[in-house]
Amino acid sequence: MPERIIVPFGPQHPVLPEPIHIDLVLEDENVVDAIPSIGYIHRGLEQLVQKREYTEYVYVAERICGICSFIHALCYCQGVEHIMKIEVPDRARYLRTIWSEYSRIHSHLLWLGLFADGMGFENLFMRSWQLRESVLDVLEDTTGGRVIQGSCKVGGVRRDIGQEKLDEIHRSLDLFDQQCRGLGDVFLNDDTVKYRLKGLGVISKDEAYDLGAAGPTARGSGVAMDHRETGYAAYGDLGFKPVVETTGDCYARCAVRVKEVYASIDLIRRAIEEMPEGPIDVKVKGTPDGEYFSRAEQPRGEVIHYLKGDGSKHLARARIRTPTLANIPPLVKMLPGIQLADVPIVVLSIDPCIGCMER
Amino acid sequence: MGIFQMTKTVLRNLAGGPATRQYPAVPARSCSLTRGHIVFDPSSCRSCSLCVKRCPCEAIRLDKEAKVWEIDRMRCIACGDCVEGCPFGSLTMEQSYHPPVTEHVVERYTITYVKPERPAKKPAEESTKEEGVGESA
Ligand code: SF4
Ligand code: SF4
Repeated sequence: MPERIIVPFGPQHPVLPEPIHIDLVLEDENVVDAIPSIGYIHRGLEQLVQKREYTEYVYVAERICGICSFIHALCYCQGVEHIMKIEVPDRARYLRTIWSEYSRIHSHLLWLGLFADGMGFENLFMRSWQLRESVLDVLEDTTGGRVIQGSCKVGGVRRDIGQEKLDEIHRSLDLFDQQCRGLGDVFLNDDTVKYRLKGLGVISKDEAYDLGAAGPTARGSGVAMDHRETGYAAYGDLGFKPVVETTGDCYARCAVRVKEVYASIDLIRRAIEEMPEGPIDVKVKGTPDGEYFSRAEQPRGEVIHYLKGDGSKHLARARIRTPTLANIPPLVKMLPGIQLADVPIVVLSIDPCIGCMER
Repeated sequence: MGIFQMTKTVLRNLAGGPATRQYPAVPARSCSLTRGHIVFDPSSCRSCSLCVKRCPCEAIRLDKEAKVWEIDRMRCIACGDCVEGCPFGSLTMEQSYHPPVTEHVVERYTITYVKPERPAKKPAEESTKEEGVGESA
């Protein structure tokens, strides 16, 4: 039996934008075990809920993550709205959907770029981020912020998108769709990418389900679980089917994200077409008293905001579970059996967002 | 199928010129909604302190007696809440980002707004009244 050695992976590693540490137990070049440890960037944002008024905490919730910022704010607002029994106007729900889907596209394109970079495919990386830039431009044009949109608030949204702008976005979607399909074609059909990804980091459907995988990690293994199906925001009106792949390897997870970009473009298109007229917010009175598990689908999976109010203007408790945390156990399951050189790709394939996970 | 999936895009990009711009020689892209930085107009501020109450970051301080309005740019997250809340239009959001600084300084303005003469009311009464009106709005 070969000698076992432990190779530390992270917290600083070229493929990792954020710090997570994994101890890899190796036999020769093969990984036999992986021991993760987290806790490098805890910021204590949950505690802050007791110091900021519930309406102000939206800004904090938004800053939990720099990628899914809008959906964090949305999830938090939905929670507070449910506790306070606020009915959000239709137009606000649709606007929220549009911004959520744009966030999803921008996150997926960012991830696709990073993933291509992890594979050593620099061209593809640049192209993904080039496309992502046009998404950020739309976000900036409609909300005023490229990454932190600051557009969600308890009771609705803070900004409207004018009909002219909506038409412009709708027109631009055709070209964008075409460009994304060109990019997706490389990820899905290029032999270089296939050789690198197929059969790597496999996790079966049952394992993914048992270990509580979320988002594209679960859907890549055939678990058709997408919180958008429950119809929060305007997803109920628009109709939605999760994108599912069955092979459970890195290629499947990549394919899920590529196809989700297409699906998101389609959702935005339909949301613009069906956009109702009307107010974008309602006046919020009173303070939250009660508790609620608010859930939303982020690009990485399902996020849960548990909120508890005690009738004062500060919430008593917030607890946030982000999809990356749910995806760590499946990751630990994926690593044994692969070679050391494949570890970066497999770790990236769950789209780890450590800043989100540790808050 | 194939190994040259990227070629078309690469060729198009080669012909199309760079996608990035030479910032700061070429100014950064911005639009009418871009939240850059807050600009304060001391000549119209009536010291109602609504902006102080609304700011989620405690970036604004107001001393009504000394007529001093301060903003800590390092705390400000450019959310625009104070702009929405100011009933007298003294605050505006500029599109350009505030330039980076090497020292932590709090920007300080002396409010130059002069209340028009209204002999019937005492100034002290007036200021409390204004505050009450603002709160209910
Ligand atoms: S923009 Fe927001 S953070 Fe900045 S001073 Fe105004 S309210 Fe405060
Ligand atoms: S809200 Fe406007 S008028 Fe009132 S103190 Fe602030 S800047 Fe001055």
